[in-house]
Amino acid sequence: MTKQTLLAATAMSLLMGAAQAETLRWARAGDALTLDPHAQNEGPTLALMHQMMEPLVLRNPDGELEAALATDWSVDPDNPEVWTFSLREGVTFHDGAEFTAEDVVFSFERALSENSDMKGLISSVASVEALSDYEVEITTNGPNPLLPAALPNILMIDKDWAEANDTVDVQDVEGGEETFASQNVNGTGPYMLVSREPDVRTEMTAFEDYWGAADFPIGYSDIVYTPIQNPSTRTAALFSGEVDFIQDVPVQDLERIEADPSLKIVSSPQNRVIFYGLNVSDELVNGTPDAGNPLADGQVREAMNMALNRDAIRDVVMRGQSIPAGVIMPPFVNGWNEELNSVSTDIEAAKALMEEAGWGDGFSIQLDCPNDRYINDEAICQATVGMLAQIGVTVNLNAQPKAQHFPLVNGLESDFYMLGWGVPSYDSEYIFNFLYHTKGDLYGTWNGTRYSNPELDEMTKAIAAEVDLEARDEMIAEMWDMAKADTVYLPIHHQVLNWAMDSDVGAAVDPDDQVKVKYFTAD
Amino acid sequence: MSDHQVELQTRRTPGRFARAWDSDLAYSFRRTPVAVVSAAVVLILVLSAVFAPLVAPYDPFDPASLNLMNGFTPPGQPNALTGETFFLGTDDQGRDVFSTILYGMRISLFVGFSAVLLAMVIGVVFGLLAGYVGGWVDSFIMRIADIQLTFPAILVAMLIFGIAKGITPPEYRDQMAIWVLILAIGLSDWVQFARVVRGATLVERSRDYVLAARLVGQRPFAIMIRHILPNVLNPVLVIATISLALAIIAEATLSFLGVGAPPTRPSLGTLIRIGQGFMFSGEWWILLFPAATLLALALAINLLGDWLRDALNPRLR
Amino acid sequence: MLAYIIRRVAQSVLVLLITGFVAFSMFSYVGDPVENMLGQERTQADVDRLREQLGLDQPFVVQYAKFLGQAVQGNFGLSYRQGRPVSDILSERLPATLELAAVSGLMALAGGIGLGIFTAIRRRGVGANVIMTLSLVGVSLPTFLIGILLIYVFAVQLGWLPSFGRGEVTDLGWWTTGFLTVSGLKALVLPAITLGLYQMTLIMRLVRTEMLEVLRMDYIRFARARGLRERAINFRHALKNTLVPVITITGLQLGSIIAFAIITETVFQWPGVGLLFINAIQFVDIPVMAAYLMMISVMFVAINLVVDLLYFAIDPRLRVDGRSGGH
Repeated sequence: MTKQTLLAATAMSLLMGAAQAETLRWARAGDALTLDPHAQNEGPTLALMHQMMEPLVLRNPDGELEAALATDWSVDPDNPEVWTFSLREGVTFHDGAEFTAEDVVFSFERALSENSDMKGLISSVASVEALSDYEVEITTNGPNPLLPAALPNILMIDKDWAEANDTVDVQDVEGGEETFASQNVNGTGPYMLVSREPDVRTEMTAFEDYWGAADFPIGYSDIVYTPIQNPSTRTAALFSGEVDFIQDVPVQDLERIEADPSLKIVSSPQNRVIFYGLNVSDELVNGTPDAGNPLADGQVREAMNMALNRDAIRDVVMRGQSIPAGVIMPPFVNGWNEELNSVSTDIEAAKALMEEAGWGDGFSIQLDCPNDRYINDEAICQATVGMLAQIGVTVNLNAQPKAQHFPLVNGLESDFYMLGWGVPSYDSEYIFNFLYHTKGDLYGTWNGTRYSNPELDEMTKAIAAEVDLEARDEMIAEMWDMAKADTVYLPIHHQVLNWAMDSDVGAAVDPDDQVKVKYFTAD
Repeated sequence: MSDHQVELQTRRTPGRFARAWDSDLAYSFRRTPVAVVSAAVVLILVLSAVFAPLVAPYDPFDPASLNLMNGFTPPGQPNALTGETFFLGTDDQGRDVFSTILYGMRISLFVGFSAVLLAMVIGVVFGLLAGYVGGWVDSFIMRIADIQLTFPAILVAMLIFGIAKGITPPEYRDQMAIWVLILAIGLSDWVQFARVVRGATLVERSRDYVLAARLVGQRPFAIMIRHILPNVLNPVLVIATISLALAIIAEATLSFLGVGAPPTRPSLGTLIRIGQGFMFSGEWWILLFPAATLLALALAINLLGDWLRDALNPRLR
Repeated sequence: MLAYIIRRVAQSVLVLLITGFVAFSMFSYVGDPVENMLGQERTQADVDRLREQLGLDQPFVVQYAKFLGQAVQGNFGLSYRQGRPVSDILSERLPATLELAAVSGLMALAGGIGLGIFTAIRRRGVGANVIMTLSLVGVSLPTFLIGILLIYVFAVQLGWLPSFGRGEVTDLGWWTTGFLTVSGLKALVLPAITLGLYQMTLIMRLVRTEMLEVLRMDYIRFARARGLRERAINFRHALKNTLVPVITITGLQLGSIIAFAIITETVFQWPGVGLLFINAIQFVDIPVMAAYLMMISVMFVAINLVVDLLYFAIDPRLRVDGRSGGH
């Protein structure tokens, strides 16, 4: 080798090194609660873990299912309860161990164990068995045509690593012992954990032996993740160039960020619909005893629905960053159609309905609202107070932190509450199961309305097991017609997701707000 | 002592007013331009808050009168959609900022005055008892003060908020927040009154006139009220004035932390909390006007307190 | 003397116990941690099981007794939010708060004493009056607003100083410090000003008042009569006698600086115990809230105890407990 080529080679490698050594400084409102993949089924927690660990089946930024650690899957044509997943070969964990079927069986068993927070997602799974090193068989309790859609958040970890570090059991706060897995990671993901100080800073670096190193852009060699709670401080950090990429952008700051030539916004409709729930039982919790419940009257509920001016909320409160909703189903979900989502505001007709229902003089009611959960939640509720005042309904607004709000909803202590709902399975069944089914131990767990429709309950159970997808879709359409006719929920809007970043960050926004940095490019 | 504001009354009236006009305090007041200006600012702000329903062009607390489409109207310019014009613009809910400030100041002042009154009553009573009775009563009260100091006002507010939510009927919960604020700020503020009064009482107690009063058989209660209380009033008045400014700011801070007046009936603090979200977005008026009002109010009260402290301390003249 | 100390320490312990009791009684009003700890798909059975595991189904008196029993052994349990020992988390976060408090405390002390002397000596000067008025502007705005304004001006508009965090910190094993790096020092500036402004005003006013009083004293007049230079009088005699109450008050204020750091830390995302506490409230992380309150109580009670004992040692007139009182 001549001196010159050596020099050129050195210069070349230096240049390449420089091009690769890009750090993504990423901030959002809250930190991951843990690194234990099965301890918390919560957005920011999963978002961080997805950089370092992977599921069998992934949802890509377009919202479609994509092969990750499984390359292929199929259901037994003779027995709809049995599925076979072929695993990707040649995949290694960050510590160099090989990924095999025994790790899958272990991870599923861990995710199904008592302390796991993920077991609700895969409650239909009865057993998981290794057929060979690279093949697993999953048996379900009754047919479940949507099994793959339930898997994108079930992350795989190494069995031997977990056993060696005594972290086989899922993190258990009550036990008094800190688990190794809550602070350490050994996954197969594109990034490895470098250091972590909860609520302060988490650093990750690219995993050299990642199986998909050639298949994905992987524009960043390092990630520094910092939670910044205060919205103004978060935006300020982006403006001052201290971070490159922020989530949870306050909607009022979008315009200014867009006007800044060195910054940009990427947006997409989010998989989350915001709505109000109404107590439809005979008695109000917070009302005068024996005065009856106006909300038990479908006409009153319909009048309230007509009084909501969703366009005004979109234009003023949300600054255009929402899509008015007529149904409590995000637009990606199986069962969605534009017609279901149509809704209109008509104050005069609403007043007439109130009159007809015998509540022409109006009534007074308390609206329970979170003030730290959804985008501009408190301002939306405030605007609603004004809108309902137009039809004679006096609303007392009770806005409080989510830790106090959600117990009201689930403890049936609210008559009128705000709730947001995302559908990780992208199927209507998930909505009927949690929000419309009569409230019980297993079904209707988030139904705070006291609504109970036996016919709907039966159909909810039926669609979960229906394998004929065409017949199933027909049933779903029928169920939505029934649900909409009863107006138990007042839909408000679908949230629009905005990520703000330096103009040279190439981010692929994802409807679930799940950042997956491996899809990012750095220009 | 407290009728130093009365000198604005006519001079011809003989008797009390004339004496007040001629008193040292009133003289010092007239000679201090800062005090006169501050008093005027406070007076104007308090009056416009008290008479807000007469002064304000809109009633921002009436939800039915609001039009969301008026939201974010810049000051003095017509709204792009509705064509309506507002003197100081509108906020994110389409409320007239000028009216909202007047009504909000009403709540802030009410909370401030009531909280300070509460703190003063508790503090003076406890301070007198601790200083005069001494012994285990003193220890007991001062240990309560220690506990009180431990709890940040926000926690006290949250505790009272939680309990109040349990016991107030739903139709009154809207107004409940204000009483919670008063209790929380008042309770976290009494300690300094108690300490000052206790200290002064300890000193006064051993003075000859108190010993004499005790010798002629006056009851302890009477001695405390008739002899000691008047002598500790000066420092109490100074602390009360400064506490008023602090209470108004504390209300704003609690509101920032999420335990404040509800956004449907906002105080100045709530308005500032809402406004600070619009700092980068160009709607500066939503933050600037309430913040400027708060600054003017608190600064004027602080300056008055400052003057009062110097004026009441004869050694500093 | 010994009896007094023993009694005083016993009282302090009682104060701590009552503080804990009040704290525990209020936790049930802050919210329900279980809702935060379980995901959207949780069943009612999961909720009940977790409530039972955490002992939340028991009356708060029982919960408190349990907490005390463990706290005595130095075990504050695991954070509900982070799943790690609370004592680890606190010791990780404490350096950040203590460094911030120390810097803002020193700044307040230096600035307060300097400006206090200046405004006392030039009592009738224009400069002194401008400073007195300006200092009031600083305390007439809520802390959070001052913090956000500082961020807006110095981080966003000028780009001189960072808007959040501690910058680069050096890990000394048992302590993390931001004093050793440029970014760490830069990160300290804005939060320290925000936190120290109020204390500085307070100290400045105190020094001014005390100075004015001392300057009127006879011995200062004698010193003047003796023909000592103004400078010597001001600094050697007057200041010395001013400092005793100033130091005492500053000591007492140290505790409140740490308590007030909650707001500054929230605005600047400063990773100290105040931010930890606000996070804990939002999440209803009871073990962390309890431990934080206990820590603050111990600090306040200790400071009060020391001050009382010092007074007792120095000034016999304040030994009130020896007397029978007014009846």
